[in-house]
Amino acid sequence: MTSNQLSQPVYNYKVVHQFALATVFWGIIGMAVGVLIAAQLAWPVLNFDTAWLSYGRLRPLHTNGVIFAFGGSALMACSLFIVQRTCGARLISDRLASFVFWGWQTIIVLAVITLPMGMTTSKEYAELEWPISILIAVVWVAYAILFFGTIMKRQQKHIYVANWFFAAFIIAVAILHIVNNLAVPVTLTKSYSIYAGTVDAMVQWWWGHNAVGFFLTAGFLGIMYYFVPKQAGRPIYSYRLSVVHFWALIAIYVWAGPHHLHYSALPDWTQNLGMAMSLILLAPSWGGMINGIMTLSGAWDKLRTDPILKFLVVSLSFYGMSTFEGPMLSIKSVNALSHMTDWTVGHVHAGALGWVAMISIGATYHLIPLLYGRKPGEMFSIKLIDLHFWLATIGTVLYIVSMWVNGLMQGLMWRAVNNDGTLTYSFVETVIASYPGYVVRFIGGGIFLSGMLIMAWNIWKTWQITREELASGKITQQEALA
Amino acid sequence: MDINDFRTLSTVLVFLTFMGVAWWAYGPSRKHYFDEAAQLPFQDDDAEPANTQHKKGEQA
Repeated sequence: MTSNQLSQPVYNYKVVHQFALATVFWGIIGMAVGVLIAAQLAWPVLNFDTAWLSYGRLRPLHTNGVIFAFGGSALMACSLFIVQRTCGARLISDRLASFVFWGWQTIIVLAVITLPMGMTTSKEYAELEWPISILIAVVWVAYAILFFGTIMKRQQKHIYVANWFFAAFIIAVAILHIVNNLAVPVTLTKSYSIYAGTVDAMVQWWWGHNAVGFFLTAGFLGIMYYFVPKQAGRPIYSYRLSVVHFWALIAIYVWAGPHHLHYSALPDWTQNLGMAMSLILLAPSWGGMINGIMTLSGAWDKLRTDPILKFLVVSLSFYGMSTFEGPMLSIKSVNALSHMTDWTVGHVHAGALGWVAMISIGATYHLIPLLYGRKPGEMFSIKLIDLHFWLATIGTVLYIVSMWVNGLMQGLMWRAVNNDGTLTYSFVETVIASYPGYVVRFIGGGIFLSGMLIMAWNIWKTWQITREELASGKITQQEALA
Repeated sequence: MDINDFRTLSTVLVFLTFMGVAWWAYGPSRKHYFDEAAQLPFQDDDAEPANTQHKKGEQA
């Protein structure tokens, strides 16, 4: 331990607690909607001929729910926790923190109402109409002020690497969100993008891929850089590698968007640029993965007994896997086979379930007991965490494998031609052939969701035993529980 | 000098910047600085609540 111990300010754990609970709550809702629409693809009758229950309206609800409600809450909980702990400073304003929490929840509730009603900009991952987009920008700026304000009053000279990743995530998402959502409103609930045609597509995927790069990667790497060392009880494998891979990652990610538009009206050179940058991206991505996993060198035995560490390390394995798969899929000839197939869906969920959800779950298990005045990771039941880990892993594997099989099959069936040049299969034949994969995907998603329900119960019981200990005077009142 | 020269130049500049960052990160004189930075998550471990006194909420 170094000599310059931080003095111990009273941290704002209330907002961290709120966001941590919101993470679990929206995780369950968002994933439940996902399981429902997965079931609809296998059994279309489940849309009940009701417009607001139809796949087209619920799918954006699922993506917004898991990315921005579940993932967003996890990012805000962890970033606001980590920035206080590593800066040795309380958040600059409790009111602003409350505003960020309730503002973000309001946005999510508005999404839950408007998306099933069919109000949408039709831009993927940016479906919310202009009044909600403006509210997102306002809350995001408040979040930025809260985060950077706290950094500015830090006691430490150095800004810990996790905060660098959060800073990049906050700045980049602000820019991407505002530029991509520029639109001309015609009514309160309808607007048209100021971009048109190919430019619109490029701006959209500049946003779309950087939602992956900065929201779902940089932000969660910030979580990784704090909680993996914490849970393993040893500093990060190479701090210097973290510096190099940070700058490389953020410099390259912004160029990768065109790989979503291969063989489109986008100029060839732009497509090739996107492909080349996506391939280079493998290096900084794996830099982060190796840095996280190698942190355990010399402490591998902890994996045998610590299910929270298992969540964190397996999430890094899935991160490594999907950041290998991503560059591979961005190669134009591979993309010609994979594009529009379920392979893409499987790839996204390798990242979303395996990386984003698993690292958030691991971090939340570390965090929740700590907020209740217990030791980090001291949940009601460690066995249930272990059960959750296996449910999450099995669910993710079933999901990915079924989509790989479906995707390859669809790609090969679509391109198969007879000797006379006609298509071998009609489209509906590929849909029928996809049915078993859709059922397996539904089962995998359901298993993953069941783990989240166990997590909610475990947290509830942890809260209960904490209350009992409070009543019997074994521990003192915590701010988060106030 | 046409636009392609600028394109070449920008590639070279990005490469040099990357080498600069790598040199800065791995320079031997900064080893101690980074080793200390890597300890930051552990510096307030005393604040870890086995004892919970220090976090008594003022808004409790």
